[in-house]
Amino acid sequence: MSEVKQERKPEEFTNRDYQAGFITDIDTDTLPPGLNEDVIRHISAKKDEPEWLLNWRLEAFRHWQTMTEPHWPNVTYTPTDYQSISYYSAPKSQADGPKSLDEVDPKLLETYAKLGIPLREQEFLAGVAVDAVFDSVSVATTFKGKLKDVGVIFCPISEAVRDYPELVQQYLGTVVPTGDNFFAALNSAVFTDGSFVFIPKGVRCPMELSTYFRINALNTGQFERTLIIAEEGSYVSYLEGCTAPQRDENQLHAAVVELVALDDAQIKYSTVQNWYPGDENGLGGIYNFVTKRADCRGARSKVSWTQVETGSAITWKYPSCVLRGDDSVGEFYSVALTKMRQQADTGTKMIHIGKNTRSTIVSKGIAAGFGNQSYRGLVRIAKSAEGARNYTQCDSLLIGDKCGAHTFPYVEVKNPSATMEHEATTSKIGEDQLFYCQSRGISEEDAVNMIVNGFCKDVFNELPMEFAVEANRLMEVSLEGAVG
Amino acid sequence: MIKIENLHVSVAGKTILKGINLEIGEGEVHAIMGPNGSGKSTLSNVIAGRDGYEVTQGSITYKGRDLLAMAPEERAWEGVFLAFQYPVEIPGVNNTYLLKAGVNAARRHRGEQELDAMDFMQLVREKAKLVELDQSFLSRGVNEGFSGGEKKRNEIFQMAVLEPSLALLDETDSGLDIDALRIVAKGVNTLRAANRSIIMITHYQRLLDYIQPDVVHVLADGKILKTGDKNLALELEERGYDWVREEAAA
Repeated sequence: MSEVKQERKPEEFTNRDYQAGFITDIDTDTLPPGLNEDVIRHISAKKDEPEWLLNWRLEAFRHWQTMTEPHWPNVTYTPTDYQSISYYSAPKSQADGPKSLDEVDPKLLETYAKLGIPLREQEFLAGVAVDAVFDSVSVATTFKGKLKDVGVIFCPISEAVRDYPELVQQYLGTVVPTGDNFFAALNSAVFTDGSFVFIPKGVRCPMELSTYFRINALNTGQFERTLIIAEEGSYVSYLEGCTAPQRDENQLHAAVVELVALDDAQIKYSTVQNWYPGDENGLGGIYNFVTKRADCRGARSKVSWTQVETGSAITWKYPSCVLRGDDSVGEFYSVALTKMRQQADTGTKMIHIGKNTRSTIVSKGIAAGFGNQSYRGLVRIAKSAEGARNYTQCDSLLIGDKCGAHTFPYVEVKNPSATMEHEATTSKIGEDQLFYCQSRGISEEDAVNMIVNGFCKDVFNELPMEFAVEANRLMEVSLEGAVG
Repeated sequence: MIKIENLHVSVAGKTILKGINLEIGEGEVHAIMGPNGSGKSTLSNVIAGRDGYEVTQGSITYKGRDLLAMAPEERAWEGVFLAFQYPVEIPGVNNTYLLKAGVNAARRHRGEQELDAMDFMQLVREKAKLVELDQSFLSRGVNEGFSGGEKKRNEIFQMAVLEPSLALLDETDSGLDIDALRIVAKGVNTLRAANRSIIMITHYQRLLDYIQPDVVHVLADGKILKTGDKNLALELEERGYDWVREEAAA
């Protein structure tokens, strides 16, 4: 567990390589806004990519040009002008960023303080140009060595393209093809970084992997690409995101995450997402349009997605499992909170192909203020999926009377031997519950937090412990002022 | 302990309490009896500070302070406790966790140090015995899946932990079988103390066989029509409420 603690203190990292790489990028590589084949060639060349990857990107781009942005999600927003975005600039350039914490939005700092983030880390998160005064012990390096000993590869995907091209080529785009959807196609064309994880046969990854450890991932842009491969009989738990609000000038965040689990492999993927949600009036904030999919390719493989989504102005994401291997298992545990003017259309897809495949979906949606959210889930039992089982539970909790919660469950069953269970509830935090807590000496605000955390318990229990504690705290900070 | 003067309360524009006068001294146990719809629960809710009750006239003084000016949680910190007629379920929220938050909020309010988890568990185990509440209830969700009797026992258990100065028991006897009633009554009797006043609201004299009140009031039509000792309860049991009304009207 000590590694996990260390990861939360970037001040303990050496910052040298990071600083160097970063500044070079800024000086030479901010492309003017706009997207065309030249831009893609430039990105690819800059990263010294092999020919096949450039062609892969170009193919994705050409496909993307024929596609239209999806409008079926239950969200409304001003459309993005894709030609007004710069596709190769460090998203939090130190040159453009605030020079000191004095220039950072005080509300943001207040939130950091409430989350108990040390000052140095606050500067880091807010993108302040900090001098390299960090401790010179490289946690990341120590950590990489430990992983290398057991054969685990964990590095930026651009590094993986350089160092393990055959692995990347073998798996990239095999779970989420380049033309899968509008945002995935765009990501395929322009992705600049992300994580690569490879767990060899029979290895249980000795620690929880987190993007924190990859210093250069802290500032990855809006188009990350993550690829995780778990070979036969291996296990990995991967943590993504940050419970502190990250500020981002860019509006659009279109990431792709691909997971591949071979025979008897297990992947546990946990996310705590707290991107900038915009202000009370719905100005600003991140459009979080993310494609996450796991391919349970092997027999008896298992993938669990656990997500806590509290940030972003708009969330559009459906972490899914394709249960191809016989007896494979897919799980989705989700808490989504929308407050102020936030909107979320999120859920999962469980595609049962193999025999005796099982899936579990537990979705908890909380809407407060003018927040609006929808659970959208698909359970598909293919003809081949003899004996498949699904259990779905989706609960919504409303705080106040200006918010909304919707449920769109889709079920397609082609095999009569399937067992399907679906439970759904919508409740309001009752005056009765609040008064009950108050009469025991608990303030209204604490009571709301308590009730919401109780509501989320089934999902929080699935998170690695440290993450669960932070998720609790994040909920409290997020709900502040949501009542009354 | 508490002094209620000329209290008028309306709910959604309808006047329920029409001039209540009531004074309860330290360590006294008062029973408030009355027919359905007489305003008994309204009175306990107003004292505990529930929303939606409009005090149109009168005052409540508690330990020399204006009770009506205090938020519900503040009343709790100052020692007011309401045992609910219908305790609510709060799924996923641990019973002990809720109580610990309540106890420590009160301690903070009094400028005392908060109890740590160990000390608190010890306190809770001790008090659970008092109402013969199984240890497994401590770690369950608040009233989640409790039977009617278990919920009522849980209320008295909470009272034992929170150690109030003024406890309002709102129809704590309703829905209890005779064994459960005995256990609850035993719990309450153990909690009787010289510095603790208790108001019991009930329909039935049955409860008063187990918990003997110092004073019995009859609340009907929004007013206290008669006050007496425990023999009044017996008389009510025998004759009903109408004669009290007639007497009051005369």
